[in-house]
This record gives sequence, C-alpha cells and structure tokens, in this order.
Amino acid sequence: MPRLASVNELEAYRARLAATRDPTRPCLTVCAGSGCTAAGAGDVLTALRKNVEKAGLKDGVDVKSTGCHGFCERGPIMIVWPEGTFYNKVASSDARAIVASIADGHVPVEKLLYRDPASGQAVVREDEVPFYARQRRVLFGNNGRIDPKNIDDYLNVGGYAALGKVLSGMTWEQVIDQVKRSGLRGRGGAGFPTGVKWGFCRQNPAPRYLICNADEGDPGAFMDRSLLEGNPHSILEGMIIGAFALGVEEGYVYVRAEYPLAVEHLRVAIEQAENYGLLGDNILGSGQRFRVHVVKGAGAFVCGEETALIRSIEGKVGEPQPRPPYPAQRGLWNRPTVINNVKTWASVPVILNRGPEWYAAIGTEKSKGTMVFSLVGKINNTGLVEVPMGITLREMIYEIGGGIPGGKELKAIQIGGPSGGCIPASLIDLAIDYDELTKAGSMMGSGGMVVMDESTCMVDVARYFMEFLEDESCGQCFPCRKGTQRMREILTRICAGHGKEEDLALLEDLGWLMRQTSLCALGQTAANPVLTTLRYFRDEYLAHIRDQQCPAKVCKQLIYYEIDPVFCDGCGACVKVCAGEAILGEKKKLHTIDAAKCTRCGACMEVCQPKAVLVSTGAIPCPV
Amino acid sequence: MPSLKINGIETEVEHGMSVLDAARFLGLPIPTLCHDDGLTPAGACRLCVVEVERNGTRKLLSACTLPAEDGLVVWTHSERVERARRLLLELYVATCPSSKRIQDLASRYGANICRYDAEHEICIQCGLCVRMCEQQMMAGAIGFAGRGSNRRVSRPFDMTSDRCRQCGACLYICPVCELRCAGPQADTTLCSGCLNFATVCLQSYDHAMCSLDPCHACELSGPFRPDVRVKNELLKIPTGELK
Repeated sequence: MPRLASVNELEAYRARLAATRDPTRPCLTVCAGSGCTAAGAGDVLTALRKNVEKAGLKDGVDVKSTGCHGFCERGPIMIVWPEGTFYNKVASSDARAIVASIADGHVPVEKLLYRDPASGQAVVREDEVPFYARQRRVLFGNNGRIDPKNIDDYLNVGGYAALGKVLSGMTWEQVIDQVKRSGLRGRGGAGFPTGVKWGFCRQNPAPRYLICNADEGDPGAFMDRSLLEGNPHSILEGMIIGAFALGVEEGYVYVRAEYPLAVEHLRVAIEQAENYGLLGDNILGSGQRFRVHVVKGAGAFVCGEETALIRSIEGKVGEPQPRPPYPAQRGLWNRPTVINNVKTWASVPVILNRGPEWYAAIGTEKSKGTMVFSLVGKINNTGLVEVPMGITLREMIYEIGGGIPGGKELKAIQIGGPSGGCIPASLIDLAIDYDELTKAGSMMGSGGMVVMDESTCMVDVARYFMEFLEDESCGQCFPCRKGTQRMREILTRICAGHGKEEDLALLEDLGWLMRQTSLCALGQTAANPVLTTLRYFRDEYLAHIRDQQCPAKVCKQLIYYEIDPVFCDGCGACVKVCAGEAILGEKKKLHTIDAAKCTRCGACMEVCQPKAVLVSTGAIPCPV
Repeated sequence: MPSLKINGIETEVEHGMSVLDAARFLGLPIPTLCHDDGLTPAGACRLCVVEVERNGTRKLLSACTLPAEDGLVVWTHSERVERARRLLLELYVATCPSSKRIQDLASRYGANICRYDAEHEICIQCGLCVRMCEQQMMAGAIGFAGRGSNRRVSRPFDMTSDRCRQCGACLYICPVCELRCAGPQADTTLCSGCLNFATVCLQSYDHAMCSLDPCHACELSGPFRPDVRVKNELLKIPTGELK
C-alpha cells in the first residue's frame, strides 16, 4: 500500500494504475445496491464467479460488485465491460449464458437486454435506455463502474484529482470562491448557498468542525444511502476539500444505524484513504490535517435537522435548538460548524474538477447543478434518478419514469419527503427547482418523489403524513407537538366522515400557526401536505365532509362492498377469504355481503375472478 | 453594546441580553409560559414570538432565545404576532383549560373561541420544573422522557429518585398547577369567568389599573378590556409601514 507524500506522487500512482489496467479486459459488474441485493444480486455474483471459474476464464475476466445504478425496478442489473452491455432482471440461472457469451466474443444475451416498452426494441447500452437517456448523472455516473471497497477503482475514474488540484497551489479563498461561483445550494432540502455558508463559518475563530449529514429519514428516499454505499470516496474527497477550505481538522459523518452497509463501506473508505495519505496527518505532504469520525444515529427522523444532529453527536438528546445562533456561528461543541448533506459534499469534487462555470451551466438561473430524486409510488420505473435542475415533472414522470402503471391517471406528486407538498397533475409542466417548488407550496427537501394515481385519497395521504410527523416530532415546542396531534385528529375525523366544514378553516389556521411559530424546520413544514392538499384538492375534502363520500374509495369508514348479481357465479372464493364472516351465500348461488360485519379489508375483491365485488362510497343503501 | 430597534424605539442593551429582556427593559409586555429569569431560555412555549426583520425578510422568532444583536428590527405586537399568540392560546386552552394563567392570557389576547375538544392535560411541557430542578436546585431529579405526543416529564425509570429532595421548587414554578382556575363554568374550555366576575374598583385612574392586581372591574370597563383596549401606537404598527 503506497503512502502518497505529494500531489505528484498521487498523479504518478494514478498513471501506474492506468497502465496496469487493461481497458479491453472483460469485466462483469453487478449492482449490489440495496434494491438489487434484495432482488438477488448476491446469488447472481456467486453464480457468475462460479461459471467464470468453470469456463477457465478466471485470469481473463473480472467479476465485480458495484454500487447502485438507480434503476431499481429492473434489478438485479449488471453491465458487461468494456462494451457496456446492459442486462436487467438477471437471475443466477442466467450466469452460464452470460459467461458463454463472453467466451463467444461478446454477443449480447438477447433475453436479458432491456426492451423499450414503447417500441419493443431491445437496447444494448445503459445510456440508451430511456430511463437513463434523459438523466445527467454527475454524482451517480461512476456508481456502476467502481467497487466501493476499492480505492484504486475510484482513483482510476479520476478520483482525488480535485483534491490534488486544491492542494497544488489553491488558497482556501479560491476554493470557497469556486464553490460560490458554481451556485451550489445545499442538497439537504433548504437550499442555502453552500459557498456562502462556508464563508460565514470561515470568518469565525478555529477550531471549526464539519459534518456530513447522512441521516436520511424520509420514507421512500434512499439517495444518500446509495451514494454512501456506492461511492463513499466521492463524499470523503468533498469533505477533505471542505476541510482545507474551512481550516478544519476534525469531521464527522452522521449516518443512520439502519444503513449497516453504508457504515461499513464508509469505514473501509476512510481506512483506505488514511493508508494512502489522503486523510489523516499531513495530507499529500501539504501539512493539512483532517480526521473523519463516523457516528451512527439511532434513527430519529428529527435528527436529520442540523441542530438536533449536532446535539446527537454531542451525546445529548437529539432535539433541535433555536437559531440563531446558526451552526456556522456556534455548532458542535459550541464551535463554528459547517453541516452539509451527502450529495452536497459529493458535488464539491465535481465542481473543482470541471470548474464552477461548467457546473453552473447545468440547471436553472437560481438552482444550479443536478439533483438526485428517488422516484417511487405508482410509477413504472421506480428508482433513483439524477437530473439537471429545471427538468419538468412531465419529463420526470413520463419519459424517465415511464408513466403510471395499469393505464391509470396521474393525480398528484408528493415532493420533498413527509413535510413536502402534494403537487397536482395539473401542474405537470412545473420546472423542478428550489423556488418553483416553494411557490407551488412544496419544497425540494431531500429529493423524495412519491407519485400518486387516481386510486389515492388525498385526505388519507395528508392524514398518513401527519401521523408520521406526529410520531417523529421531538415534542419540544408546543405548536409542533400539539399542532401535529390536532391536525391528525381532525384529518382522522374527516376520513371517518365526521368532519365539519369549519374544520377546513381550522386546519388552515393550524397550518399557518405551525409554519410561523415552530422552533425547527420539522414543525415549520409539517403542515405542507395538509395545506397543499387543501389548496389543490379541496373538493375531495368537501366530498368527505358534505357528502360522506371518498371519491378515491380509500377511506374505510366511507366505503362499502357489494356483490354484482349479474357477474357473481357463486364460486365461494370470497367466502373463504373473508375474515369477518360477512359474506353469505351457498355454492352456485348469488352471494351477499353483510355491511355490518364487513371490515372493508378488500380481500374478497382481490380473489373474485369474475370481478363481481364492487366497492362504492357513500351511505350504505338499506337492504330491501 | 448592541443597539437595536424595538417597535420603532432605538435602544441599546447590554451584551448577552435576549430580545425578551430588551423588550421588558423598555416596558413592553411579552407573554411567556416557559421563561423564568433565573433559568436558561428554552423557546418551548413559543408565546414570546416577535416579528423580526432580517436580510429583508420578516420572520417570527422566539424572543427569549433570540440574542439582542446590532441592527435587529423587532416588532413585539404586530398583527402577525397577535394572530400567532391568539391561535397558540386557543391550543393551550384546549390542552389545559383549568390553568388560570392560560385562561388569563387567553382573555388578554382575545382568544375567545376554542374550536378543539378539551383535553384536560396536567402538563404543557414548558420544562420550567426540569430546568429549575437542574439549574437552581442542583438536583437534576426530573427530566423529559419520550418523543412527540409521548413526551412527558418523568423521573429515572419512573421511580422515586434519590436525588429528589422534595423541595417543591418544581411545583412552585409550574405555570399550570400553581393555581387552578375554579371559574363558574369550570368544565367548559373557555369560561371567561374572571371577566364576568364583578368586583368593586378601589381607586380609578384613566389609563392604569387600581391597586388590586388584577382588578376585574378595571379589566371589564376602561382601557384594559380586550375589545376596547386602546390601540397603543407603540405596540400596534401596521404591517406595511416598516421600512
């Protein structure tokens, strides 16, 4: 293991690495991100290794596990280098065919290729897949090419070049200036200009600290996790550059304990970087000292809030503190602290490598660069997407996401995690950037994007998020603790058909109060799902209140099941699954549902082959 | 010495003072339920929110935790602040209707309807008792446990602690249990019993209360009645006028 004593040695080592690596040597990379691993990537890897050995290609073919590619819907996915052939939904039984195809001279295995659902055409290369074609993968692009546990892989794709550039003659002012000029805004949600924050912190006396916020708690979001698991060195490099610019000797990564793989990869990366002399004392002979500690969070949603996170690192209860003083003035151990998100730190090397102008050319006027979204919900292509700021929701949903499954209509998109807002389908041409989203009542947040179709009840959605936030509020300040509780009570009442029209004004008042007076951003944004659904889907609230109807047929107390006498063939399947014994009827005769006993679980509807079970909303009609 | 502007008044205060201290120094009343001069500020009750101008945007911030800094522009009783306090007090009354202190504040800030069901909780989690026990009594026998709606003031493992000397300081400082309201309609959330209770005023002045504190007669007639309260130019500044 070489210890690199100067920037020149780093470049010389990189050149040596490139010389020893044969670019034409076949390499099978399998995505070992969380999604693909769950789909069986581990078995695929084992099978590939076994088959490579069996075919006697052990010295000629590499098999490698890499980080997340983002296209989790089609996992496990793999790529055959150097051609870049993209295979999806790979099973361990396909390993023999894949290895055979390499031995035969790289003829793609037809059945594993991605087929464009629109044209039915098979696509060979990853970047030709429609899901990737519209993306701009600045941060995630290398995930599919490197083994996260191997620093040489990262060096081979140009890793630590930005650090070398910084240490070979740049001043800290120049680094901060470049970050400022790039227009990078914090990717954690609020979107504060990163360079400005660094400038504020640098004005304050040392010792200063820096923190990487990897406490990703939003339901359905896994961008930070994928980056930590797939490319931990890019984050470390950003932090080391930050340490140089800010004059920091001690940094922390606060990561959820629920992400064991991320913690492991991060620890490995830190150890390797220390061995190479890229971290620790006297980094690349520059005299700069920087150490990184990994702190595991116990999984409280509110600990993603920066002041709460700082308290948690200090060993106290993770409760937010009033600001000002801001962490840049007084943060960890009461010292000036810069705290940035995983994606923000990972963007720093890119900016310094390619220059602030290059970075600023991507995106919109006030939101620069790319943003990573986790696209989930009622959408064909679930996964992580990295797109330039300013992309429209339409491109996101229909071109990258592949539209809504089952031929259903898009109803709303919830952006920004539990405290983001629901944007209606009518705003489909909205350009996604910090300010446009705020104008629409939502927010960028950490980048969670939940797509909802017509079978979603917006009142129920608002109630769900409020329930989540009520549980996750720290309870320290009154408007957040009581506001979320009261809101949840009111929404539950409306969902049960006991709402009053005055409740809507009350919800709006409460939402205003929470936004204005809560202590931290959790409380200030908690009402967003309620306020946006009230703004865009008021009719639905009124239908629940006035007509006791749930238009989407979701709210259990407002729906009832009945059997269509025309279609029912009396097969009795529904009788068997009904846990409440609410279905009456003999074989081959018409069945009926006793609404009083029915628990509205919907099991009968699922099993009914002739589709004779119907769900209706409103008052249960009297049996005649 | 930081100099700041509160309700249009230029003032200089000592280092380390909060905006709440500064406003009180000027005689501007700011209501709180979680603040005590001998204890660290918590910013938990949020009743002390004031409107602060900073970098061209206006925000509501809690005065007790906001350090008085150079160039701050603060409004203690703007329309927005009053509305926030009224809505907050409505929530407080619903949580703890039997507290006289909360009922009085609600009357004062015109929170005269309550749209929630009463909860009759015994604690508003202002944390005064916890801080009192730790910072003044040097015991630290009680603390917070749980999160969100499960958060409560508790002892270690919910058992009597050796550290508790049963000094009673926590009871003394509690804004909710210090004095129970026993109004004529104790069960309703907003009884306004104190305001309906007629007493004889001992001495009457034009714009000040008599020697009884509080004097219900003065509150009922005169300038202290919430609905006829004189719109003090110092306190009420229309939102558009700030430059």
